[in-house]
Amino acid sequence: MSRRTVVTGVGVVAPGGVTRSAFWDMLTAGRTATRRITFFDPAEFRSQIAAECDFDPRAAGLTPQEIHRSDRFTQFALAAADEALAESGLDLAAVDRDNLAVSIGSAVGATTRLEDEYVTVSDHGRLWEVEERYGSRFLYQALVPSSAAAEVACRFGAHGPAAVISTGCTSGLDAIGHGHQLIEDGDADVVIAGAADAPISPISMACFDAIRATSARNDDPEHASRPFDATRDGFVMGEGGAVLILEELEHARRRGAEIFCEVGGFANRSNAFHMTGLRPDGLEMAEAITEALDQARLDPTAVSYVNAHGSGTKQNDRHETAAFKRSLGQHAYDVPVSSIKSMVGHSLGAIGAIELAACVLAIRYGVVPPTANLENKDPECDLDYVPKNAREQRIDVALSVGSGFGGFQSAAVLKRWTS
Amino acid sequence: MTRAVVTGIGVVAPSGLSAEEHWRSTLAGEVRVDSRDGTLAGRVAGFQAEGAVDPRLIIQTDKWTWMSLAATRQALDDAKYDPAAHDPYATSVVLASGSGGNEFGQREIQALWSQGRRAVTAYQSIAWFYAASVGQTSILHGTKGPNQVLVSEGAGGLDSLGAARRVIRRGTPTVIAGGTEAPLSPYAIVCQRTSGLLSQRGYRPFDADADGWVPGEGGAVLVVEDATTASVRGARQIYGEIAGYAATHDAYHPDRPAPDSAQLERAMRKALADAGVTPDEVGFVMADGAGTPALDALEARAIRAVFGRPVPVSAPQGFVGRLCSGGAALTVATALLALRDGVVPAVGNLARPGHDLDLVREPRRLDADVVLVNARGFGGFNSSVVLRRHREEGLRDAG
Repeated sequence: MSRRTVVTGVGVVAPGGVTRSAFWDMLTAGRTATRRITFFDPAEFRSQIAAECDFDPRAAGLTPQEIHRSDRFTQFALAAADEALAESGLDLAAVDRDNLAVSIGSAVGATTRLEDEYVTVSDHGRLWEVEERYGSRFLYQALVPSSAAAEVACRFGAHGPAAVISTGCTSGLDAIGHGHQLIEDGDADVVIAGAADAPISPISMACFDAIRATSARNDDPEHASRPFDATRDGFVMGEGGAVLILEELEHARRRGAEIFCEVGGFANRSNAFHMTGLRPDGLEMAEAITEALDQARLDPTAVSYVNAHGSGTKQNDRHETAAFKRSLGQHAYDVPVSSIKSMVGHSLGAIGAIELAACVLAIRYGVVPPTANLENKDPECDLDYVPKNAREQRIDVALSVGSGFGGFQSAAVLKRWTS
Repeated sequence: MTRAVVTGIGVVAPSGLSAEEHWRSTLAGEVRVDSRDGTLAGRVAGFQAEGAVDPRLIIQTDKWTWMSLAATRQALDDAKYDPAAHDPYATSVVLASGSGGNEFGQREIQALWSQGRRAVTAYQSIAWFYAASVGQTSILHGTKGPNQVLVSEGAGGLDSLGAARRVIRRGTPTVIAGGTEAPLSPYAIVCQRTSGLLSQRGYRPFDADADGWVPGEGGAVLVVEDATTASVRGARQIYGEIAGYAATHDAYHPDRPAPDSAQLERAMRKALADAGVTPDEVGFVMADGAGTPALDALEARAIRAVFGRPVPVSAPQGFVGRLCSGGAALTVATALLALRDGVVPAVGNLARPGHDLDLVREPRRLDADVVLVNARGFGGFNSSVVLRRHREEGLRDAG
């Protein structure tokens, strides 16, 4: 008797809406949260725009100690986990916490805090042998991003397996996939699974500047993230976090939980090609999609919505379009495909979890979020990308994909739950 | 159930630049921790990226990745496994990474803040982040199976083996697993010092005078295979089976030890149950040996509670320092060599045994087929792995 995973809670911290409902309002309205960077003076940088969260950790319910110890990415994870758990109705006093696991994805961990502190201990980059006495007492937490999983486990008393999954830009999907496998394999009954990243910092902007991966549409930040548009010129940096409460089906049923949807399948593959380059054929992403659909025992034609990686780089959107055609066949032309990165930017490892949260909500509310800013047809991107306006439509099966530096390709399939 | 076995070992560590060098140094009891510029650390001496790593890759990657690529090369050679000779989807890379590309990252942030954003190189975006070693390994060896990167500080090396076994059971027959770490750049050292857990005198697991750990660099990479496909392809040796694995979390406080050892005990018991072995079958325990009085006392208590008898306990990492995610991977390599040769290595750097345990002071004969390995990660992570001599060949080899 195989164990099945269902989603019973969703929490989101995203640009333009730091709760789940604000996030969903924004997506369905097709609003964008990209703007000129306010966290530091970006004048020196090639890309000066980002999708920033207006996040107040105190208002989100974090303790002063949690805030003091933690980098912003950990704070996102805690806030999203809090919201997701509250919504799931799970009574932590009643749940078997030995079987409550934590799986948090992050691509770059506490990079922002590490940089901030470095500026101090190195006296603005003057000293290589940095001065310890000026450093925060919590620098070790910043050095090892596993601290995010530790903070989440401690806040909720989760004694099951805990880990951070750090596979670059597929971290969010992979962390939730890992949580799903923990449930399938009987290693946990409930998993707090999601991802967070807070990379809007000078070093992150500089490193993507150096490879010209980010958009330089600085005079028009609101329309800078343009997945699948012929005039796209790179991704727009984002930040945020999302957490899903994954639960073994019978566990959820026994306590009468509201079930949002089922995790039908998850698969990941590697392209073994290049750290940043993608072959135009989309082969390995297609393999991941096919495997995830096989696990869900679904035909490609059953997919009612595809949440694309859609980063807005020239090569990604082409690569992905090819992967959809390869894995879904003719159905790729019929199914709505959209990229919410057009609105919330690309928050590296976090975005996979945020996008999966969007898929859960899309199934629940019967709305396909749009691809904002899509105005000019690119002949190489010739699918239905749901330009500008959300669509009301029943969604039974949502497919979400991710692609990242290092060649990682991941796919997850969510199914409407019917008892 | 599919069995996952280790068929190849690669080591780059303070104790040596190969599995055999490491094993010889460990058995000889050589302390490889030294002080330079006032910093005590376990340093990998004599490692040259040139020769071990493609020159084009050297400039694109951090030292942590160089050591990972070098250890992977050794492990694949040892296993006589060439990923290119197999279906690309038949091999995965599942490594632990505790802190990423430290020296590379410091250099780039230094350049940014002292010279401006144009001084940041194109490779910062692919060298520093925690997935860099896995991505580069997968590309270099052409592997397309499911990859993963586990981050759980010192527990990561064991978690990578647990994840590797999961990948194998789900149908990918061969996994490159383990991990390395290079946390000795000036900033990474400062970050570790702020934890208050580092010793200024030396790393002495379970010693009455233990007062903290000493960081080290390096680690180990293992080739883990489905036992059936390993035997079909005629793998030249099977070091042992990853027979059991479990992970728990203290969930007590993110930077203070739990008041009791309940969750570490639970990880050990679950790993034993997972392997289907009783505590009596375990020949010795490779302990986490964190080297702080509180953490050592908790582990000693957990071992006594689980075994209820004076089981031999070792922690040879005292010879090399604590290698973060690389540490537990190296400990597993050591335990597999112990099984191969029927010798339990000694606790590293132990002068005055400080806990009520049967601490191994000199290498001693090992007659059992099972070893339990513990590893903990800062913040409350507990993992245990049970290694078992592979049944078909094991007893014959031990003869």
